[in-house]
Amino acid sequence: MVTESTSHVIRLEETDEEFSRAVIKAFGKNLYYCFQCGTCTASCPVARFDENYSPRRIIRSAVLGLSRLVLESDLIWLCAICNSCTERCPRGVRPSEVIRTIRNMATKKGQVHEFYVNQANAIANYGRIWKNEEIVNELRDDMGLPQVAPVSLVEIAKVMDATKVKELLAARDGATEK
Amino acid sequence: MKYAYFPGCVTPLRENAYELSARNVIAKLGVELVELNESSCCGFFLDAVDHLSSSVLAARNLCTAKEMRCDLLTLCPTCSGHLTRIRMELLADPKLRNNVNAILSKIDRKFDGSVEVKHLTKMLIEDVGISRIRRSVVRPLGLKIAPHYGCHIMKPSDQLHFDNPESPHLLDSLVEATGVECVDYLEKKLCCGAPLMGVNETLSLRILREKVRSISLTGAEAIVTICPFCHTHFDLNQMRLGEDQGGKGFPALPVFHYTQILGLAQGYDPDDLGLYENRVPVDGLLNTM
Repeated sequence: MVTESTSHVIRLEETDEEFSRAVIKAFGKNLYYCFQCGTCTASCPVARFDENYSPRRIIRSAVLGLSRLVLESDLIWLCAICNSCTERCPRGVRPSEVIRTIRNMATKKGQVHEFYVNQANAIANYGRIWKNEEIVNELRDDMGLPQVAPVSLVEIAKVMDATKVKELLAARDGATEK
Repeated sequence: MKYAYFPGCVTPLRENAYELSARNVIAKLGVELVELNESSCCGFFLDAVDHLSSSVLAARNLCTAKEMRCDLLTLCPTCSGHLTRIRMELLADPKLRNNVNAILSKIDRKFDGSVEVKHLTKMLIEDVGISRIRRSVVRPLGLKIAPHYGCHIMKPSDQLHFDNPESPHLLDSLVEATGVECVDYLEKKLCCGAPLMGVNETLSLRILREKVRSISLTGAEAIVTICPFCHTHFDLNQMRLGEDQGGKGFPALPVFHYTQILGLAQGYDPDDLGLYENRVPVDGLLNTM
């Protein structure tokens, strides 16, 4: 796993046009409007506290097809999805949504952060990000609240089968060091 | 005023005090809730792994409110933000809408955009109105509080159309309607760090520390939130902020759900607002009121 940009030299043989085209196809040509002003990184709460993380670099890497620096990097999983970058981008690039798109592509390659695997599996199995434990209903009962509204698990199972999200997550590679 | 209540995940499973206090204060404002019995997670946490699955869940949730013939109300800004944004995307993108509806047809449902989504604060501002809230107050509180807005209530503004993310003030006005003074602080617009807790705890706590340090400089007596997820992060993790600095932190401030503050001002007892569920004890502050 590459965890940071280790070289300032971009080698043409390392670029992956297919990756770049796929991001643009999934997300539209807005990606090309980025003029690298850095408003996204300047507005990013994560970049402020972790110098390795930069939405600006992620966008540029996606345009250039440097898939190694984004698709295979743990860094894309650091986005807190606060949407500050998308709010402020003067070019309408919507970096948080580009990062979402790249995360979806990384997931298809089996490169998905364990936290999101666990959340997604919980949703597919229980309909919510946690199982509804009996103790919760007991607490609610004590407070005079109704029982947690039940989820229609049959419906959730049917639609999640149709999107094949569980197969997608099961395809995750053996890399569990994340 | 009638709304279909969308519970989501964090509120019913971890922040029951928010739900209890919200149900009580809005009842006093003449708002009626219809229970949604088949809804699930809004889909937000699936978005990172698969946008289609996330859109299907969001669309299905919107469908569950169709028969109720009223708008959907959430207590969680992430739920209202996600449901609103997916609804807009489905209305604007026929290809995604067809894909989603093809999947929903397996459970005899169809997204048609008829249901709209409102967060509690949007409902309070737009439908109830500040003056009606002010009139419901019987006991002005006289506290100094720092409001935390949360990101998903208003960003991105081109889709959510609520308040001004560069100069947010609507929560301030809701809080001030209860007789509380709101403090301004340098990091008012900073994310609390909660969504990173499962990915990188150290980084998540660093963001929270910056936020709380900025608040502590103002002399605020407490923090008020409108997001169950932000609330958990402030309330549960403030005590841990000193850990990476050899234990030297700053005293944890009580963290209230907005509905607990409004409920106190409306004359409710602490038990009716779940105030003893809060992790940072609130007794000291309650005794000074």
